[in-house]
Amino acid sequence: MAALDRALRLDPAKCTGCKQCELACSWVQTGAFQPSRSLIRVHVFDEQASYAPYACPQCSEAWCMQACPVNAIDVDQQTGAKVVIDGVCVGCKLCVIACPFGTIFYEKQTDRAAKCDLCAGDPACAHACPTGAITIAEVDPGAWLVAFGKRVDSAYRKAVDGEGAR
Amino acid sequence: MSESGLGGWTGKLLRVDLTRRSIAVEDLDLTWARDYVGGRGVAARYLFEEVDPRIEPLAPENKLIFATGPLTGTNASCGARYMVVTKGPLTGAITTSNSGGRWGPELKFAGYDMILFEGRSERPVYLWIFDDQLELRPAEHLWGKGVFETEDALRSETGVADCAVAAIGPAGENRVLYAAIVNEKFRAAGRSGVGAVMGSKNLKAIAVRGTGAVEVARPEAMMRAQWEMKRDLQAAPLTAQGLPEYGTLALMNVINEHGALPTNNFQQAQFERAEKISGEELRATRLASNKACFACTIACGRVSRISDEGVGRYAITMSTENWKHATEGPEFENAWSLGADCGIDDLDAILKANTLCNDLGMDPISFGATLAAAMELYEKGVIDDSQTGMPLRFGSGEALVAMAEKTALRAGFGDDLAQGSKRLAEKFKRPELFMGVKGQEFPAYDPRAIQGMGLGYATSNRGACHLRAYTVSAEIVGIPLQVDPRATDGKAGLAIAFQNISTAVDATGLCLFLTFGTTLEHIRPILTAATGIDLDDAALVRVGERIWNLERLWNLRAGFTAADDTLPRRMLEEAIPSGPAAGQVNRLGEMLPEYYRERGWNAAGEPSERKLRELGIA
Repeated sequence: MAALDRALRLDPAKCTGCKQCELACSWVQTGAFQPSRSLIRVHVFDEQASYAPYACPQCSEAWCMQACPVNAIDVDQQTGAKVVIDGVCVGCKLCVIACPFGTIFYEKQTDRAAKCDLCAGDPACAHACPTGAITIAEVDPGAWLVAFGKRVDSAYRKAVDGEGAR
Repeated sequence: MSESGLGGWTGKLLRVDLTRRSIAVEDLDLTWARDYVGGRGVAARYLFEEVDPRIEPLAPENKLIFATGPLTGTNASCGARYMVVTKGPLTGAITTSNSGGRWGPELKFAGYDMILFEGRSERPVYLWIFDDQLELRPAEHLWGKGVFETEDALRSETGVADCAVAAIGPAGENRVLYAAIVNEKFRAAGRSGVGAVMGSKNLKAIAVRGTGAVEVARPEAMMRAQWEMKRDLQAAPLTAQGLPEYGTLALMNVINEHGALPTNNFQQAQFERAEKISGEELRATRLASNKACFACTIACGRVSRISDEGVGRYAITMSTENWKHATEGPEFENAWSLGADCGIDDLDAILKANTLCNDLGMDPISFGATLAAAMELYEKGVIDDSQTGMPLRFGSGEALVAMAEKTALRAGFGDDLAQGSKRLAEKFKRPELFMGVKGQEFPAYDPRAIQGMGLGYATSNRGACHLRAYTVSAEIVGIPLQVDPRATDGKAGLAIAFQNISTAVDATGLCLFLTFGTTLEHIRPILTAATGIDLDDAALVRVGERIWNLERLWNLRAGFTAADDTLPRRMLEEAIPSGPAAGQVNRLGEMLPEYYRERGWNAAGEPSERKLRELGIA
């Protein structure tokens, strides 16, 4: 059992694809509305009626942190979020390459990396979300992977063994 | 933020001359921004200054304006809208067709408030906008293709998969008089034939992607105002439950119960099988999910699919994806025009026809209503199979689906349907069977049962329309207050208030559905925070009044007179035969003179010099 951390809990079933979270996040980053600068993103798959919000899961492995050559990423002691330290990051992009989730970004405007820092524990995206699809919660950061792995496994078996196989 | 220090606007307008194939970035005339706010208002002002109202709508001299408002692309709830403003070929009047989705915000993020197209391209082209990269590109390979395929092709060939595409389909190319402009496949600037104007200019699509920012004047105040707006939208029953759960289709049973649901081309005002095409039925049997436009905290959109039984007859295959039967819609107005007005109770046929209308790029309201008029002509023996090529009986889903395709392609009898029901009824010498105003078909509310809607239809600047004065809100739903739908007393003032406020909302870039859960007291602070211009409620209503009068003036110069502010004889003289509103006609004559007076117009429906001076319209 992995240690519990605080992270954004994202519920795709509640998401309507409105992108209020992106607007709120970009406002926190820049003071303006600019979804291209948001650190939470929503992918919209209309024809599947499916909306996929995604943001840093604050995973315990924190490969971004491990990859950083100048120790510019650290754990915020209050929130447990992995945060980029202003003034230390040199914009080398190694963290962007290391992250398996694609949730740390290189920003050309500032020449540094940017990622979700949980807004010091009170995330703007969660406030902006009209459906409660985003909450901040104590989570086991690896838990979703187990469920996801089971689904992938069963889909794989179906494909290999034919419909109805378990 | 624009250089003037005002927020919300980018301050830039793209002027695209299709004849010369030139694109210029101009400063938006922000002196108009204070008086006309944006969107519908500023665009109408440009049209007023630059386009002779007497031109042919499909001539190169007509201009086609895509306009966002200062709240488009901000976090304001439902700030997703853009407005297409031009001279409409269906009506010959100024038209202002509104659409949501994320095309408008994407244009703002690219750095532009508006695009103004003029002239006519010799060959089909599309406009590509990626921030400051601006190009007119050949579109021969897209000509003839549907909206869905066009959008998929542009996402692929631009290499920017998340660009937003507004396109016309075959209906626009073939100048169907009620062709639409469709973005994200299912959001449409639907009415009055804006798509035919786009087709006449040989402009197939506008693909846009923006990575920039929309800056506002007072960011902190903006966040606070939006937080309050969202909270109140989530406390109001219609915006918290009604619209997200049932979509606009929630109205089907409500309007039918009031005996105000026009059926079989307005021969009746109640549809006995309305329940089969209601929001409740869609939700129980065919709804996959609800869906939001950009920044929308209501999410009334319907992602739906054909029922298992319906698949054999009406399969929908979206072009690129593997979910064979997912589509969107229908909205209430479409389910009415394609359903009750044609006597059709088959929700699968309606979903199929609605999807075809989106893909072919035409307005389902006018298409369904025109088919309904043709069905009445057919059942009355005025036309027969030798003209129509197939039986056009009320209730026939087969005819509905077959004729949608023929109309967009102007094939066979579709060529007559493509002209709209006014021209259709005139051609067959039964002009009284046209159910609409100023050449545009009615939407889904019988004005005999809801008196204020009759006045709203008759005086609408773009022909019959429910979005110009949705007095249904007060007369049926009771928002903001309940009034008697059968009374004519006070309806002039009611229609004027709805017209002015709706026009002001249209100018901001917000969606009108906000007004089901909020008032100007919510909208004004958020607009003020975004723009930095302090407006009180009265000034905001005055903005709506100013735009309304400007549109009216333009129409008068186009040749419209008070005689056009009327309803079909059936509405004025033939009483509703049965149901809760049996025996009623619309008593327009009791309301119209008072309307003119309260507007400050003379008996000929012309704004007085004094009114125009008061509004600052030259």
